[in-house]
Amino acid sequence: MGASKVVSDGWGWRFGANPSLGITGGSFTIAPGERVLLLGPSGCGKSTLLRALAGVLGDDEGISTGSLSLSGSSPSASRGRVGLVLQDPESQAVLERIGDDVAFGCENLGVPPEDTWRRVHAALSVVGLNYPLTHSTSHLSGGEKQRLALAGALAMQPDLLLLDEPTANLDSVGALAVRDAVLTSVRETGATLIVVEHNVNLWWEHVDRVIVMDAQGNFALDATPTEVLARASAQLAAWGIWLPTWHSPIVHIGLDPESRIGRDPALLSAEKLQVGLPRHNALTWSANLSIEPGSFHALTGPNGSGKTTLALTLGGLIKPVSGALLAATELAQTRSLEPYRWSSRQLARRVGNVFQSPEMQFVKPTVWRELAHGAKLRGLRGAELDTAVGLMLERVGLSDRAQAHPFTLSGGQQRRLSVATALISQPRVLVLDEPTFGQDARTWGELIAMFDELTRSGHAIVAATHDERLIALAGRETSLVRTQVENLS
Amino acid sequence: MNPLAKFVGALIIAGALLFTLSPWVAAGFVILELMALPLLGVSGKTLLRVGATLSLAAVLAGLTNALYGNPHGVTVFAWGPMHVTAGSIEVGFSVALRILAIGLPGALLMSTVDPTDLADALAQLWRLPARFVYGCLAAVRMLALLANDWRTLSMARRARGVGSGRGPFAAIARVISQAFALFVVALRRANTLSIAMDARGLGAYSTRSWARTSVWRPRDWTFIAVVTALALGGLVTAFWINHG
Repeated sequence: MGASKVVSDGWGWRFGANPSLGITGGSFTIAPGERVLLLGPSGCGKSTLLRALAGVLGDDEGISTGSLSLSGSSPSASRGRVGLVLQDPESQAVLERIGDDVAFGCENLGVPPEDTWRRVHAALSVVGLNYPLTHSTSHLSGGEKQRLALAGALAMQPDLLLLDEPTANLDSVGALAVRDAVLTSVRETGATLIVVEHNVNLWWEHVDRVIVMDAQGNFALDATPTEVLARASAQLAAWGIWLPTWHSPIVHIGLDPESRIGRDPALLSAEKLQVGLPRHNALTWSANLSIEPGSFHALTGPNGSGKTTLALTLGGLIKPVSGALLAATELAQTRSLEPYRWSSRQLARRVGNVFQSPEMQFVKPTVWRELAHGAKLRGLRGAELDTAVGLMLERVGLSDRAQAHPFTLSGGQQRRLSVATALISQPRVLVLDEPTFGQDARTWGELIAMFDELTRSGHAIVAATHDERLIALAGRETSLVRTQVENLS
Repeated sequence: MNPLAKFVGALIIAGALLFTLSPWVAAGFVILELMALPLLGVSGKTLLRVGATLSLAAVLAGLTNALYGNPHGVTVFAWGPMHVTAGSIEVGFSVALRILAIGLPGALLMSTVDPTDLADALAQLWRLPARFVYGCLAAVRMLALLANDWRTLSMARRARGVGSGRGPFAAIARVISQAFALFVVALRRANTLSIAMDARGLGAYSTRSWARTSVWRPRDWTFIAVVTALALGGLVTAFWINHG
C-alpha cells in the first residue's frame, strides 16, 4: 500500500494510425495522495493519457515523446500497482462469475486467498453490486458492469487509481455511492487519484486539483478547483469544459409540457407493456406509456431496471413479452401497427434507434458515409445530401474527422456520431440509449439544441438516460424500478 | 472430481481408440460410457442431446464408409460408385461407434466442467503460464458471447435500415456483411479485454496467488486408474480378437 508520485516530463503522444492527431501534452507533477480531476473537450486525449499512465498503451499504437513516471519507475514497470477503470464497461469483465472477476486482480498481485475474498466482498459491497459471487458477469446491465470494473480496481488497493468516466452509466444515487466508495478507498489506502468525469459537480469539492487539457491535448491549466473557477471560467466554458457553474440555456426540450404536449394523438402507445430480452427473463413490471409528438420523454431508473430493454421494445427491435405497443396510423401508414413487425427499412424511416454501444451500429467505413447513409433514409440525394451531412458534421464537431473510420474516434465522438446518424434521417420517433454519454458542454449543448428543434417540429424523442442535466429538461419522465413502473409528471 | 481428471480421462479414451479399429471394442466403450456418464453427473437430457447429434454424425460417417470405403471381402451390394462389401460394412460400423465412443466423454466435459475451474486446474496443477491459461479462458468466454453479439448486431443493423432486402442473394449478402461486422466487434472486444487484463496486473508479478484452489484428490487418481485400466483392457481385447 502506498501512493504514487506521478510525473509527466514533456509527455506527448502521436497516434500511429493518424500521425496528424495526438496529444501535445506537457509537464506536470502530482504529489502522492493527491486527488485530481482531469477535464478536457471530447476527443482531446484524456482516455489515452490514463492508459499511458496505467502502462497499457501499446507501442504499436503510436509514438510517445517525453516520459511519464510513477514514483520514479516507468508505467509499464508499475503495472499492477495502478488501478484503471476503462470508459467502455462492456468489455472489461475477464471472468464468468462476478466474484472471480473481482478476485482476478488480487490473484495477479499475489494476495493470499483469504485476503482476496475479504477484499472481493468489501469491493462488491461498496460499489453496490449485491449479487451472489457466482452471478454471471454477462447478465449485468451496462451500469452494473461499470460497478464491477470499479470493484475489480478497488480490490487491488492500487497506489494510483485512474478512473475514466466511472459514473457515466450510473443512476444518481449509485453515482454518489460510487464516488463516496472511491473517496473512502483512496483515503484509507492513501492512493493518488486521477478521475475523468463530465459530471464535474460530483467531484469538484472532493479533489485537490483540476488539470485541464485543451482540444490539442496541451495541459493548458493546472490549479485548485477554486482557482480554476476564479481565473478561467469564461475561457473554459468557451472550450466546452463542464464547470459546476454551468446553467442550461433552455428550460425544457420540445414543446411546453404543461400546455402543448398531448393535444395530438400519441405516435406510440404502450398498454400493460411487459418487456424482456430474448432468452432472458421478462422484467417484473409492466408499463403504460404514450409517446406524444413534440415531447422529449426520459426513461430513468436504477441500473438493471430495464431501461435498455424498454427502449429496444419501443424502438420496434424486440417483441413485447405481453401487453401492447401500437403505433399511430400516422406513423405506421399502410403497415402493421406493431413496430416490431416492420421491415428494417420501414423501421429505420419511422423510428430511429441509438444503442448504448455505438460500435455495434456503424455500417460504413467513414464518418461522412455513416451520416450519408442516415440522410439517404430521409430521401436526400446529391447536393442536398452533401449539404445536410456537412451541416451535421459541423454541429457535432466532427468536420475534421469526416474521412476517419468511425472506430478510430474517441468514445464521446463515437457516441455523438451514432446519435447524429439517427438525427440526420429525421424519423418521427427517436429512441436513444444514453445519448449524452461522454460529451463535453459544447457538444452536449449542440445535441440538446438538435433534440429541441426536432421535437418542436413534431417529432418525439425517448431517451434512456442517467444524465441529470438531460432529465431536468425532459417534458415527460418514466421512472422504472426493479419491481414496478411509476409514471412521473 | 477435478475437471482435469475428466479432461485427462476423455483424452485417454480417445487415445486408446486410435490404436484399434475393432467395432467390438468401440461398442464396449460406448456401453460403458452410457452406464458411467449418468453416475458422473451428466443429466439424461444432456446425454440425449449430445447423443442425438453424435449419432447423426456417426451414422453419416458410417454410411459413407460402408458405401464408398475400400472394398474387401464378400460383395453385398454394388450400384454405380457404391460398392458395399463385408469389409466396408465392418469399417463403417467401426467408424460410427468410434465417433460415439470418443464424442460421449465430451458431453461429460461440456455439461459438468466449468471452463474457469478447468483453467484453474491447468494453471495450478500443471503449472501452465497464467497469461496463457487465462488468455485462452477469456477467448473461450468471448466465443460464448458471440451468439449474444450476433443478436445485438442483428438489432443494431435492423435499426440502421440495412437489415432487409428481398430475395436469397440479399439475404446472403446481409449475412456475410454482418459476419464481417461480428468479426470486427470480436477483435475490438478482444483488444479492450486484453487491455483490461493487463491493467489488472496479469503477468506483472512472478508470484501469483489463487483465490480458488484446485484440489487433486485420491478419487481423481482412482478415476484415472479406472479409465486407464478400461482403455488397456479394450486394447488387449482388440488384440485378442484380431490374433487370438
